[in-house]
Amino acid sequence: MKKSAISCPFEKSRLEKGYGEMNDQDDPVVMVLRHKDVRKCAHNWKTFQSGAKPGRIVIPSEVNIRDVRQIPFEVDPPMHGEYRIILEKWFKRPLEESYENELRKQIEALVEVSMVKDSVEVINEFALVLQSRALTLLFNVPFSESETWISWGTHVFRSEETALDSYKANVLYDYIDRQIEKSIAQPGEDFYSKLLAAEVNGKKLTKKEIKGVVILTFAGGRDTVINAITNSIAYFAEHPESIERLRREPELIKFAIEELIRYFSPLTHMGRVVTEDTQICGRAIKADTRISLNWASANRDASVFENADEVVIDRKINPHVAFGFGTHNCLGATHARQIMKVLVQTLIDKVGAIDIFDYEENIENLGEFKRKVGYKNINVKFHKK
Amino acid sequence: MAKITFITSDEQSITVEGNSGNVMELAVKNKIKGIDGNCGGVCSCATCHVHVLPEYWDKIGAPSELENDMLEFDENISDHSRLSCQIQVTDAIDGVVLKVAK
Ligand code: HEM
Ligand code: FES
Repeated sequence: MKKSAISCPFEKSRLEKGYGEMNDQDDPVVMVLRHKDVRKCAHNWKTFQSGAKPGRIVIPSEVNIRDVRQIPFEVDPPMHGEYRIILEKWFKRPLEESYENELRKQIEALVEVSMVKDSVEVINEFALVLQSRALTLLFNVPFSESETWISWGTHVFRSEETALDSYKANVLYDYIDRQIEKSIAQPGEDFYSKLLAAEVNGKKLTKKEIKGVVILTFAGGRDTVINAITNSIAYFAEHPESIERLRREPELIKFAIEELIRYFSPLTHMGRVVTEDTQICGRAIKADTRISLNWASANRDASVFENADEVVIDRKINPHVAFGFGTHNCLGATHARQIMKVLVQTLIDKVGAIDIFDYEENIENLGEFKRKVGYKNINVKFHKK
Repeated sequence: MAKITFITSDEQSITVEGNSGNVMELAVKNKIKGIDGNCGGVCSCATCHVHVLPEYWDKIGAPSELENDMLEFDENISDHSRLSCQIQVTDAIDGVVLKVAK
């Protein structure tokens, strides 16, 4: 098996039962595994709610380390839609030409620097840097802020190994408090100022609500983007023929991006809290327990995707759910897609071969299932074209 | 050349022309409000959802099974829903009118 390959641990359960089970801090989760069931449950927000106790729909659960509600992620309709209205336009800015140009400058500069080095550890020296810098564009704050974000490392937003490490969460929370205060004192064109000026149902957002939006914007776009970038580098290192093909047929890049995101599915699953007794694929589910919508499994469902376990770089019809489905579909998807597009274009333009030296995989433990989501570290050499 | 008319959610009617690609791409090129085409046309995002006016349904035709699946759980689905990225712009659909879904 290739180093860049990501296999699907859910296949057998998906075919045989349609669900999987795992425990998490004594609040077990029934994972929904089939494409159709995932879509159906994502659609049914009344029975499968997001607006539960803050932190509970996240797996591993964050109820013990967080009481701020993440917005709009942990809010159900109709209030959810009210928040989305004020956010959607901001999150579409990545489509503006000036945004894309800035992003291109950032990524080209990083790739140039990386090609000069004998060896690059992609997670920390490339993906984290790229992700942090790009996020300054989404926040519309000075580029220098990215230095602070990079200094936090990749662990600040995670609750697993460093479980209950409230010190790290506080670094982020205190930082956000300070930024909000700064923008109150001196309003500008940054994300915090926009949120401070925004109204929902004729009322200004509270500081706590703003914090809830900002935390989510930091957390939702961190590991997901880092894994998407790193996995892409690993994939292209082992598939020079795909780089060649995209170089010859750049019109395929848009398909390649969606296909890589389907294949990587950087967010494996997301929970919901069940509001009434129900069943999924014949398995009884009690009220006040949890299910998860397993995007990664749905994206390998062979009844929807031919050759589901392969990267088909020009896959034209690709109804993947890597960015979620329905109500809570990813707000950061436009930003993430632009990053992927510019990254692929820059690799095509500037980079020749990529050699992988050594690496350690990042494996998620989901009860009986073990899923590779990416790498803890991976050293490569970028060669010039 | 095919002429295609979009009716946006604020009831504006805009007619555009094209002869290649898909309807989503044509709409995005012409900045039709409400058609975003986030996924680039691979049938994954449903931000290109349109309602075909019933009199033109035969010209456009029904969605494929996969497309139908993605529409199935959309909040605003109708009997004449299509994902416009899955409709090719050809002379065969000249004159159709599409209502942009909310
Ligand atoms: C490749 C990268 C990404 C992937 C795979 C991804 C995946 C997802 C998924 C699956 C959901 C749905 C969660 C649910 O239904 O409960 C979601 C929601 C969300 N994502 Fe992303 N995401 C990515 C990047 C980003 C970025 C860059 C940001 C922001 C900077 C972001 C912000 C959000 C927000 C705010 C939501 C909640 C939307 C709502 O509740 O209405 N994501 N994401
Ligand atoms: S553009 Fe995404 S489904 Fe049509």
